[in-house]
Amino acid sequence: MARSQPIAPNVGRLSRSQVSAKRGLFKGKKTSAAPAKPETPAHTEKTVGGKANGEKRLVPTNKASKYYPAEDVRKPRVSRKTPGKTALRSSITPGTVLILLAGRFSGKRVVFLKQLDSGLLLVSGPFKINGVPLRRVSQAYVIATSTKVDISNVTVPETVNDSFFAKAKAAKSTKEGEFFGEGKEKKAFPEEKKSEQKAVDAALLASIKKVDNLAKYLKASWGLSKSDRFHELKF
Amino acid sequence: MAATRLYTKGRILGHKRGKRNSRPNQSLVQIEGVDSKEAARHYLGKRVAYVYKAKREINGSKVRVIWGRISRPHGNSGAAKAKFRTNLPAKVFGASVRIMLFPSTI
Repeated sequence: MARSQPIAPNVGRLSRSQVSAKRGLFKGKKTSAAPAKPETPAHTEKTVGGKANGEKRLVPTNKASKYYPAEDVRKPRVSRKTPGKTALRSSITPGTVLILLAGRFSGKRVVFLKQLDSGLLLVSGPFKINGVPLRRVSQAYVIATSTKVDISNVTVPETVNDSFFAKAKAAKSTKEGEFFGEGKEKKAFPEEKKSEQKAVDAALLASIKKVDNLAKYLKASWGLSKSDRFHELKF
Repeated sequence: MAATRLYTKGRILGHKRGKRNSRPNQSLVQIEGVDSKEAARHYLGKRVAYVYKAKREINGSKVRVIWGRISRPHGNSGAAKAKFRTNLPAKVFGASVRIMLFPSTI
């Protein structure tokens, strides 16, 4: 009882459950394999006395339950409803220039590419112009402007979907490794994300170049200044 | 840098109240540049942030926020009612708040 220092003879400081929690045996890897269960037949044959009983009888090893529900219990019906796709605001169409309202890139103007299956908007700066990478945003955090970029020649590859943006799970760092400063190196930006970005942006940049000042417009960030009346602004 | 303010300024006027009783579960907000009931309606649902500084650091920051939402216009002169997650304390009366531009419907 090293963990449970006695507070009186035969009385430990910790209860049984506290001790077992401290020992933490449940945490360890289970090494022993579970013993193989002997197979039991569903029925066993028994000899029965009495002339009219036919001497032998098959008796089930597990007795059937004595309880039989007299009334039927209704099963709830399976719902066939599925959540529909988020409706896009009418002001947002593919190619619309959006202003981001919150987050790391708030105030930046970006180009809307398409709506993802999750309902979030796929958006690109493009990265070369204003530093905003391919990104997902909710339409609640976005102002749609009346400016549109022609993205008819832009193809978004299939790989750019919601799972594209999911964070890679970090490998669990051991305490020992932390002590020696392992795993502290900055991870390099994945190469395939870079190339996806370039693939999408190449066509986008080409169509932006065709319109005068559009690149400048996308580069400039937006914000309110003194005496701006937000409710009277036209975007 | 150009302007990067992404909220409109507002001022806390007081709690919702009657002649004698105050109802602190809603606060009155005057939004800058808004002077009619119709204009105040543009801001319904928008998030409001009362940002203040306190002595003790929480998560490495002395800045704290009480969040709320604009719920309805108040009167005919552009004031609005806002409901905060925790009721605003009375010392906030007269302080400025940020009316964020989201959730956006534009």
